Amino acid sequence: MRFQLTDDQVALRGGVREMLARRFGPEALRAAVEEPGRLDRTLWRELGAAGFFALRLPEAAGGVGLGLPEAVLAFEEAGRALLPGPLVATHLAAGEVPGAATGETVVTAVGNGLVEWLAGADVVRGDGGAVGAVPLRSVDPLTPLHRVPTGMGVPPVAVLLTAAEQLGSATRACELAVQHARTREQFGRPIGAFQAVQHLCAEMLVRTETARAAVYAAAVTADPADIGTARLLADEAAVRGARDCLQVHGGMGFTWEFEVHLHLKRAWVRTHRAGPATESEENLAAELLADPV
Amino acid sequence: MNLTDTPEEEEFRARLRQWLGRALPALPPKPSPDDWPGRRAYDLGWQSSLYDAGYGEVHWGSTPTMRLIFLEETEKAGAPYVGANFVGLLHAGPTIAAEGTPEQRERWLPPILRGDEVWCQGFSEPDAGSDLAALRTRARRDGDDYVVTGSKIWTSHAEVADWCELLVRTDPDAPRHRGISWLAMPMDAPGITVRPLRTLAGSAEFAEVFLDEVRVPVANRVGDENDGWRVTMVTLSFERGTAFVGEVVACRRALRELAVEARKNGRWDDPVLRRRLGRLNAEFRALWRLTQWNVSEAELGGGVPGVGGSVFKLRYSHARQELYDAAADVLGPESLDLDRPWVLDRLSSLSYTIAAGTSQIQRNIVAERILGLPKGR
Ligand SMILES: Cc1cc2nc3c(=O)[nH]c(=O)nc-3n(C[C@H](O)[C@H](O)[C@H](O)COP(=O)(O)OP(=O)(O)OC[C@H]3O[C@@H](n4cnc5c(N)ncnc54)[C@H](O)[C@@H]3O)c2cc1C
Repeated sequence: MRFQLTDDQVALRGGVREMLARRFGPEALRAAVEEPGRLDRTLWRELGAAGFFALRLPEAAGGVGLGLPEAVLAFEEAGRALLPGPLVATHLAAGEVPGAATGETVVTAVGNGLVEWLAGADVVRGDGGAVGAVPLRSVDPLTPLHRVPTGMGVPPVAVLLTAAEQLGSATRACELAVQHARTREQFGRPIGAFQAVQHLCAEMLVRTETARAAVYAAAVTADPADIGTARLLADEAAVRGARDCLQVHGGMGFTWEFEVHLHLKRAWVRTHRAGPATESEENLAAELLADPV
Repeated sequence: MNLTDTPEEEEFRARLRQWLGRALPALPPKPSPDDWPGRRAYDLGWQSSLYDAGYGEVHWGSTPTMRLIFLEETEKAGAPYVGANFVGLLHAGPTIAAEGTPEQRERWLPPILRGDEVWCQGFSEPDAGSDLAALRTRARRDGDDYVVTGSKIWTSHAEVADWCELLVRTDPDAPRHRGISWLAMPMDAPGITVRPLRTLAGSAEFAEVFLDEVRVPVANRVGDENDGWRVTMVTLSFERGTAFVGEVVACRRALRELAVEARKNGRWDDPVLRRRLGRLNAEFRALWRLTQWNVSEAELGGGVPGVGGSVFKLRYSHARQELYDAAADVLGPESLDLDRPWVLDRLSSLSYTIAAGTSQIQRNIVAERILGLPKGR
């Protein structure tokens, strides 16, 4: 057993982080928020060229030939950077839908009663191309949503990659909270010296690191119960992390300007992408009876 | 990242399983919780069979991964855990191994490993709990002895211990952390009074220990005089992630048994209860993965020792309490019957957020040492 990132995995994660910081930094994020519904096709192709979508395709098929753990690390970074677009659906379409792997084609998929980025995508997978889809006013400015009459089962890999995005978001929220707690002063000292604030931050880290172990393990085993576990813990870490980060920022946390609301709203969107949490809970309950004690 | 055994680990696991298959049926019946001499004999006997089989040193002589496998397999097989050997194997022993002189190691380590002597831990005092460095038990030098006077509290297994790892103040004028020394005190020395304390679970797990002019040879001091704080901290970070391995395995088994019980008594039909158990399954699966993560980190020498432990302990101690609360939900009114399974476990789980550093103290540690927030007040 060696349940730690390999040097190559650390390098891959660093590479993705560096690329996203360069191509989708704070200004790009703000610009994207002001132009809801527009997908940056140049960036999408750059992601394709960097292998983001073809990561798990065999080299013989023009892919990068890496596995789920590497994909999870890349999606963690995407979540951290709040990178918009139907990333998971396009990644899953690589090798199946022409142009998906290279980033030429943007692919979305009908999910659990919702479709993300329907207007911005070239191809819609599942359920007859989302007939009868009705747009809704999405709570997340960076995820246009349509409601569809029927739901589709979500593939386990999509659930896992979504959990990886949640993990990245949770990590970022914790970092933002800690940075702010170190520098913002009230009552003549940094607010991070107050135990109430310290304990909020500590719990954020605990939730994030527990979720990290669950997400990475699921990436190694691809076991359905491990994926369900990853999903439940990562959802919790992302949603509660964003909430606590908001709290630590005070009034600034309630503004449109500060990025935490984008983390919270996207985290909410992602909690629905994988179907109802109760379903994952039921599956994990049933699993308890599956093996003899 | 991988979660599979290396050939070496696989072989270790297979040999251990084989041995457990032979050793466990030969175990004597488990003594009742109130039978202290019986418990002492049982726990020492188990350690002695481990020693004979070559597993005596596994707690500090082997790599973190081997320790993980050992604890996982022994718990899965239903073998006893360290019991009264806890302090000897997991605390005082490692301290002596790391900081003792060759003579001290020769004197104290073999009896711990062979299962001959029991140790207890005399750290906490009535006025020094979370703030351990406030301890006041005084040790005055008199020739080749220290003369120790003061009192300790919450000392687990004090009644059956042969030795006590004792923190004393040797320099009352020095800054708090610099006037403390670490002594090995024989529990049969004149001047020691042990008064058992009953826990809320009804048994006498720990005790008050009163020390009245107890003479402890200076030769029993491990580390330099007034350097006891550092000596202790070395060991507090020693276990590196494996402290709760067996317990997590045990919790996962309890959860499965709970599901079976719920199916039997009809509670399983309640979707709220089912989902609660499903969440707990996720919780303990994740805690198991976090254990593996921390162990691999320790194995590779990365991370700050003990720090992953705080994250783990915070989450685990809470989850364990949730588990037994869920058990009470499954049992219904029977959760008030002490003879039902899980009811005593529910009571003892209440100590998890207190013993070995309360959850509040763990959060302080995470905030200040991992996240680098300014020192709180
Ligand atoms: C089952 C059990 C076995 C034990 N065995 C041993 C043993 O063998 N040897 C031994 O030496 N000790 C032992 N202990 C003692 C244990 O280490 C202490 O109980 C623990 O460190 C807390 O100290 P305290 O009881 O004095 O509580 P206190 O320190 O008085 O704490 C009371 C409350 O105040 C909170 N608090 C205190 N300081 C702070 C702070 N700075 N910030 C926020 N909150 C704070 C605590 O979290 C807690 O909620 C045992 C305890 C238990 C329950």
